[in-house]
Amino acid sequence: MRWYVGRRVLQMIPVFFGATLLVYALVFLLPGDPIAALSGQRQLPPGIEAQLRHQYHLDQSFIVQYLIYLKGIVTGDFGTSYSGRPVSEVMAQAFPVTIRLALLALLFEAVFGIGAGLIAGLRRGGFFDATLLVASLIVIAVPIFVIGFVVQIVFGVKLGWINPTVGPEANWSELVVPALVLGSISFAYVLRLTRDSVSENLSADWVRTATAKGLSRRKVVTTHVLRNSLIPVVTFLGADLGALMGGAIITEGIFNIPGVGHALYQAIIRGEGPTVVSIVTVLVIIYIITSLLVDLLYAVLDPRIRYV
Amino acid sequence: MSESALRAEQTHFRADQAHYVADLEETPLATTDQVDESAAPGGLWLEAWRTLRKRPLFIVSSLIILFLIVVALFPDLFASQDPRHCVLSNSLGGSTSGHPFGFDLQGCDIYSRVVHGARASVSVGVLTTSLVVLIGGAIGAVAGFFGGMLDSVLARITDIFFSIPLLLASITCMQAFPDKTVTVVALVIAAFGWPQVARIMRGSVISVRSAEYVTAATALGASRTKVLLRHVLPNAIPPVIVIATVSLGAFIALEATLSFLGIGLNPATTVSWGGDINTAQNVLRSNPSVLLYPAAALSITVLSFIMLGDAVREALDPKSRKR
Repeated sequence: MRWYVGRRVLQMIPVFFGATLLVYALVFLLPGDPIAALSGQRQLPPGIEAQLRHQYHLDQSFIVQYLIYLKGIVTGDFGTSYSGRPVSEVMAQAFPVTIRLALLALLFEAVFGIGAGLIAGLRRGGFFDATLLVASLIVIAVPIFVIGFVVQIVFGVKLGWINPTVGPEANWSELVVPALVLGSISFAYVLRLTRDSVSENLSADWVRTATAKGLSRRKVVTTHVLRNSLIPVVTFLGADLGALMGGAIITEGIFNIPGVGHALYQAIIRGEGPTVVSIVTVLVIIYIITSLLVDLLYAVLDPRIRYV
Repeated sequence: MSESALRAEQTHFRADQAHYVADLEETPLATTDQVDESAAPGGLWLEAWRTLRKRPLFIVSSLIILFLIVVALFPDLFASQDPRHCVLSNSLGGSTSGHPFGFDLQGCDIYSRVVHGARASVSVGVLTTSLVVLIGGAIGAVAGFFGGMLDSVLARITDIFFSIPLLLASITCMQAFPDKTVTVVALVIAAFGWPQVARIMRGSVISVRSAEYVTAATALGASRTKVLLRHVLPNAIPPVIVIATVSLGAFIALEATLSFLGIGLNPATTVSWGGDINTAQNVLRSNPSVLLYPAAALSITVLSFIMLGDAVREALDPKSRKR
């Protein structure tokens, strides 16, 4: 196990450098001059322009800029956006909101996805199973922004059950419905994954043995079938946390939630390179770390993995 | 006891026979015996096709996709009206004769825009998927087949690209291109979409690499490249085809998402469902039908590719076929 952990952590290092470099290159090697964008129609005096370029290290070579940036990340300094606001401040405001949103979505996926998937898997081929399969296919196929709009209009505007938009504080209760929208597609995946896994494990030898020993159906299902079926589901859920935070950009846009996706979108529209790079980098780091944790968790749950 | 069973007992339990010998018809050998050996050998693909053409899921989804391709190729056959011919006085008008879906905010015929929007979605989907299969397939096959150092390096590169969520990467990347055409969108999505195919291809190649026929080909003096291209790749491709079919739907949805965010296809030059949904959101509360039609077209398209992928997976994967 120790070897496995060590190897996975070592493998993460080149991925970290590669991914941050890639994101940095994407934003800063792309055409478009931020200083020119900042000054707008009027030409800046050459002295001020040179000073600004020096201040943001734009006069250095690309690799030097990247290394300076990397040093900043390690020390927790994400630089200032071109509008003068520290990027860390922007993120400190936005991240708690998105984390709340993503956690709620994850909770919804886990509880309802596993629950419905278990029932469908136990009654494979039945009416409930068939209905859920069709419903989950539809949820997967309908783009999330369409789901979001429909929910917003039906429940927010027509029925008036919820606020169509979320306030600046973004409380837990306000985020419930957006979280349902955000988690809907993954919910469908969790459901299908659990269902397939449960119905496959139902015919496994150890389940037959457990039944033959005289255990009650309830005991067989909860301790033998469900536990083994949850291994792929848990790994999916873990990997999904990172994906949810990245995917929140659509949901946050529709419900006007002041989270990371919202901040990122604004930064992209305004061409604020440092903010874009910082947010995407942090999201990528979260994604890398969650997938590392998921891999380790997988190894704990399924000992066969460690020796591959 | 039935008559035939009685007769079987009478014929088989004779004194000179120590053991019961079943009739050929009663044994599993019977099915083997019935195989017509003069027929051409089928193989995986024919077998899969035989399974597929009986499945309603496959028939329905492939009919929809065929229809979609025809619409994308010849939109004028289905909508005579020019999708860019908009009359402002028709703004948000309901359905009239010749305009079954009504008009959008700019007074354009929604039906015509939905029909003409198919081309953008289908071409982005097909182009992206081809690129992804080419890039990911090549990298995965080389990594899996040659192994060693090359594999480690390629695996790390794959990990790097995999660690950036596809939506985030495409949003960041799209900014760089002022001219947002179908080719640009497909290139951007493919540039970050290939790792999944690469991983699946690598795993599949590794599992095929050690098969007897590969050893046999090597022993007969075939070169490494020839073994890879002629013997390993054709047998490693089925899982890639499954993931490519499902991804095609996902790429269409992603293109629509980018266009919806206003950074995808240029709405001034390309008619697309995502772009129309983007403009529809402004009048959504008063006129939901403006959103409904392009959204429905998009969802049905994505759904049919996912269903097709599901059907192909079941046909190509013998494990799931048994049940």
